[in-house]
Amino acid sequence: MSDAFVIKGASLYGDTVRDVAVVDGVIVESAPASAVVIDADGLVLLPGLVDAHTHLREPGREDAETIETGSRAAARGGYAAVYAMANTNPVADTAGVVEQVWSRGREIGLVDVFPVGAVTVGLKGEHLSEMGAMAHSRARVRCFSDDGVCVYDPVIMRRALEYVKSFDGVVIQHAQDLRLTQGSQMHEGEVSAELGLAGWPAVAEESIVARDVLLAGHVGSRVHVQHVSTAGSVDIIRWAKSRGINVTAEATPHHLLLTHEEAKTYNPLFKVNPPLRTSEDVEALRDGLADGTIDIVATDHAPHASEDKDCEWAAASFGMLGLETALGVLQQVMVDSGRMTWRDVARVMSETPARIGRVEDQHGRPLEPGEPANLTLVDPKAAWTVEPAALASRARNTPYAGRELPGRAVATFLRGVPTHLDTRFEGVFA
Amino acid sequence: MKHLLGTKDMTREDAVLILDTAAQMAATQEREIRKLPTLRGKTVVNLFFEDSTRTRISFEAAAKRLSADVINFSAKGSSVSKGESLKDTALTLQAMGADAVVVRHWASGAAYQLAHGGWLHGSVLNAGDGTHEHPTQALLDAFTARKHLVGDPAGKGLDGLHIAIVGDVLHSRVARSNVHLLTTLGARVSLVAPPTLLPVGMGPWPVDVFHSLDDALDAADVDAVMMLRVQRERMTGGGSAFFPSPEEYTRLFGLDGDRMARLPEHTIVMHPGPMNRGLEISAEAADSPRSVIVEQVANGVAVRMAALYLLLAGEEQA
Repeated sequence: MSDAFVIKGASLYGDTVRDVAVVDGVIVESAPASAVVIDADGLVLLPGLVDAHTHLREPGREDAETIETGSRAAARGGYAAVYAMANTNPVADTAGVVEQVWSRGREIGLVDVFPVGAVTVGLKGEHLSEMGAMAHSRARVRCFSDDGVCVYDPVIMRRALEYVKSFDGVVIQHAQDLRLTQGSQMHEGEVSAELGLAGWPAVAEESIVARDVLLAGHVGSRVHVQHVSTAGSVDIIRWAKSRGINVTAEATPHHLLLTHEEAKTYNPLFKVNPPLRTSEDVEALRDGLADGTIDIVATDHAPHASEDKDCEWAAASFGMLGLETALGVLQQVMVDSGRMTWRDVARVMSETPARIGRVEDQHGRPLEPGEPANLTLVDPKAAWTVEPAALASRARNTPYAGRELPGRAVATFLRGVPTHLDTRFEGVFA
Repeated sequence: MKHLLGTKDMTREDAVLILDTAAQMAATQEREIRKLPTLRGKTVVNLFFEDSTRTRISFEAAAKRLSADVINFSAKGSSVSKGESLKDTALTLQAMGADAVVVRHWASGAAYQLAHGGWLHGSVLNAGDGTHEHPTQALLDAFTARKHLVGDPAGKGLDGLHIAIVGDVLHSRVARSNVHLLTTLGARVSLVAPPTLLPVGMGPWPVDVFHSLDDALDAADVDAVMMLRVQRERMTGGGSAFFPSPEEYTRLFGLDGDRMARLPEHTIVMHPGPMNRGLEISAEAADSPRSVIVEQVANGVAVRMAALYLLLAGEEQA
């Protein structure tokens, strides 16, 4: 495989057309004459995407996903880095587990896997985990989250927010009032009333978001709100930012596209936490993403074994796949509708997620000479139909089966190494 | 009709057809020999993921009186211990050649999934799914109300009648099915419950809402009062109780002799059973001559005969 290549004809950020040459994993001014040529006419070149919210399921549920299959799915989706959530078995609440996940990611080499450490031991919400040990481990953990469970106790949340300041960390909150959502199955509203499924009220998210931005403001810490799903949460975050509170927030592709109406078929592929909400909420999320209130798009890629989805709605696990479809969904919802440019996509899917996790020295870099060649080539005209069986993920629980998406990543590079190449580029690096 | 999953999307025409067919079935039950040969050679499976002796024996009696072979399949399992999966059970029943599956399940949507999962080819009758629907209960309620309150009922709906449904609407599949069916048949429906036992998001439901039984009775004459069962677990549950005490519930929502006395002469009292005597209904009300609670049980068999007949025999005649 050649060490030198040049991407010809791509528009950088969907804007200016300029050739980009890469030698030894770094972007250079000009390529040697022997460099491999990648014909990227009509394609968009972005910095490699960074997913701030991925579940790789390893260790513990390797039947649903592994670091290897998840890495492949990520590369296929245009990602050069993922933040792997801590709710594995064992939980990533020690330096040992996060180092294992980190080094396994390196070994596979398809994406940089940045482990997220648990805020509390065993995700139980009772005792702070040894965040310092994780921060100072080889995995250099900066993101801490009990994702899947809310850090519910306000005192523990406050301590966590304060504690991570010593290594410039961030507490990433899964905002869900546990008491208000016991047994909850879907968004509480007209559809849940009709279907007889226990409701997950918007206020259960909004009240925690409100509490946490106030806490973060009080102690002067950084807080990141995961998978914002309601219009009310967007309002609260907008207010917090206007007050100078250091809060960032993410929206998932599915919350930007799908609504609670999907539950009417009782198909558990649409069961997710937080739940799909109303079209007004979807609209508010799109507005929030467009105006910067929502900082990033993160997938909450949540692979599940088929038996955990092929069952009654109430018995099914929460979560859906996202890595391989996120870019297409975002293009459909925000770019093709004219609400965002590809420049904005680079910001919300690469640059800002890298900054939140403090890996902006490696990812989400400018497309300039001297920078690491973490790159994603997008074909915005390569419409495709999502086929669960064709996904690289080990799991099949995509909510988009049979749906057409307008575009996709056709090549991904991690430090100059192609980690995903569309068939059109077959043989280019031979 | 291929399946009977709920009353939400049922047309008035279909609903009246079921009620009229049920009336014919009820008439055959007056004869000396009550068994009809209609479903001879058909296999009906009663698939119960949740205990309900009453509903199961009602369906069993209905199927047997139509000469169907009946298999009772009990596959218990709670939401915690999933038990046998719905899919595997369905595949088993398909292999056994079930023409119709009567399913009772603790999970909302289970009947819909069974009908649309592609696992079995037979008809699916929803005998109650979670807190979603219980269509044959609503049909037997409508049948009972029509019989008592509509003169010369054949071919008619419940136009102009006012029916109050009292109690735990939030967790009640009976209430959901009745709201859809009774309004489709032209009745006015009032729901009477504390706000804690009404679902958020019921705004579009075509009903009036009252927060005490007296308020409902003050507002307008009712032709039928349907009392819902209050589950014991709704009253406790570590600070999650839905109302302060059983006594307060009875004071505000219980049907007793005094409230019975306020009802018009012709008004009937219904209850899907089993009753909590002394809680939602007093013995005086339950045992009064205006109570049609026992008759509802008998009508249940006729309505289920009609449903089985229309699903299984109807298609061959068509």
